[in-house]
Amino acid sequence: MKVQQISIFLENRKGRLLEALETIGRAKINIRALSIADTSEFGILRLIVPDPDKAKRVLEKNKFTVRENEVIAVEVSDRPGGLAEVLRALSDAGLNVEYMYAFVEKKGEKAVVVLRTENINAGIRALKKAKITMLGAKELYKL
Amino acid sequence: MIWDKKAECMPAKEREKLQLERLQAIVRYAYERVPFYKKRFAAAKFKPSDIKTLGDIRKIPFTEKADLREVYPFGMFAVPQSEIVEVHSSSGTTGTPVVVGYTRNDIDLWGEVVARALTMAGAGRGDLIQNGYGYGLFTGGLGVHYGAQKIGAVVVPISAGQTKRQIQVMADFGTTILTCTPSYALYLAEALEEEGVSKKKIKLKAGVFGAEMWTERMRNEIEKRFKLHALNIYGLTEIIGPGVAQECMAKTGSHIAEDHFFPEIIAPDTREPLPEGEKGELVLTTLTREGMPVIRFRTKDITSLTRDVCDCGRTTVKMDRITGRSDDMLKVRGVIVFPSKIEKALLSVKGIEPHYQIFVTRPHHLDEVEVKVEVSKKVFSDEVRHMEELRRKLEKAVDEAIGLRVKVTLVEPKSLPRSEGKAKRVFDQRQL
Repeated sequence: MKVQQISIFLENRKGRLLEALETIGRAKINIRALSIADTSEFGILRLIVPDPDKAKRVLEKNKFTVRENEVIAVEVSDRPGGLAEVLRALSDAGLNVEYMYAFVEKKGEKAVVVLRTENINAGIRALKKAKITMLGAKELYKL
Repeated sequence: MIWDKKAECMPAKEREKLQLERLQAIVRYAYERVPFYKKRFAAAKFKPSDIKTLGDIRKIPFTEKADLREVYPFGMFAVPQSEIVEVHSSSGTTGTPVVVGYTRNDIDLWGEVVARALTMAGAGRGDLIQNGYGYGLFTGGLGVHYGAQKIGAVVVPISAGQTKRQIQVMADFGTTILTCTPSYALYLAEALEEEGVSKKKIKLKAGVFGAEMWTERMRNEIEKRFKLHALNIYGLTEIIGPGVAQECMAKTGSHIAEDHFFPEIIAPDTREPLPEGEKGELVLTTLTREGMPVIRFRTKDITSLTRDVCDCGRTTVKMDRITGRSDDMLKVRGVIVFPSKIEKALLSVKGIEPHYQIFVTRPHHLDEVEVKVEVSKKVFSDEVRHMEELRRKLEKAVDEAIGLRVKVTLVEPKSLPRSEGKAKRVFDQRQL
């Protein structure tokens, strides 16, 4: 149930985000979800793309610092308190969420949220136990 | 006002004669009493008797800071320890410190040259000198102290720091002469305005500022804010501390106390002497120090010397403002910083590659240091928390290594320019 995510280190420099996105665009890679964590000093761009290995390759070729790692994509009921249920399941298991961001599209009546817990396997176990639906890479890229 | 008219206004012939006699004597003295010099002179096939003219000084090998470090702590002393009455030392934050010893006569001499300096700033009996240079192993505080006592002024040994107290003393005691670093003087001027102290209570007429590089612009700013004459003092631990040279009211360069310190200007790369007026590295020889004679010391300070007749009547040679260093050493907030120390600190953090740049700026009167460090693929994490931790770790490592807080900025790998030769890592962007 793990999904590959790529992260890109962005120095706080004008046009750097644009360059990263253009690099991916030129490689004809469509971004499914993204988030930018920014501090006053630097940013981290996180992406879910259909072909993470290729994206990593082209970005690195263009001198970006890229890292590939695993995240969890969950289905969230599109109603008040829907996301809270997911977080409750993780909290009850004593797990911290490092970061999370929403998918750009909805799948039917459900929203999709990408999240990363401290221990990803423990996160998956906790979510399973709480009967929260997770999406695999294949399903995600089809969205 | 001139403290020692005979010494400071000496005709050229007379001065040269005195300098030659003293040079011959000190070279022999150093050769006979300091094993380091005996060995160094012998290696260069130089004998003290080779000095027949002042120009012959060029036959003597240079002394470098590294030499002084090597003999830490007391290896340069020319007298038994029982004759030393005081020792001072460089900070040692950049490596082995340099220790300097003074005999009773040396302390007297120190007071004498600082007395000349303070007199150039118009200080005399009855003046109240607020001495904001640090007291302790650093040579600033006590040097000014001895000079102030010699001229019969009242000295307030307040030392550095405690800004509120400085202002209170200045206003309540009626300080007339302020001595501290120029950047601290500016800071004090601002604090004074913030505290809302009435300008009427401030009786400052002159300030003797030094221990760091500063500009004409800074002088104008200090003079405008405090309504005083801001004058430059120059000195260095290895030679004697403050008092080696000082500006008079003409403010066109600092008069070197030439009867005690023999100056030369050399090209840092070829080590060849440069003619009057040309910019190069200042080399100093102590002509009268007993405890620790220092022969042809390479100060690394870049300046020039001119011998115009000064409006003040002094005939001593004048040195221009220091505009830089001939090595990669930096002076930041009065602290000597070696970029190599910063590099070592950065590399002590796992996963950091040796690509960095150091930027020194003075955005608001105080020096700021920014170190740009390339993030390696190894240390890049998708979690902000980890990256912030890395940054803090780097800042802490540098702080511990050089004793200065710096700002670390993480930049992308390979984003810093590479060079084939010696990398340019230090960017001193202070408007000096």
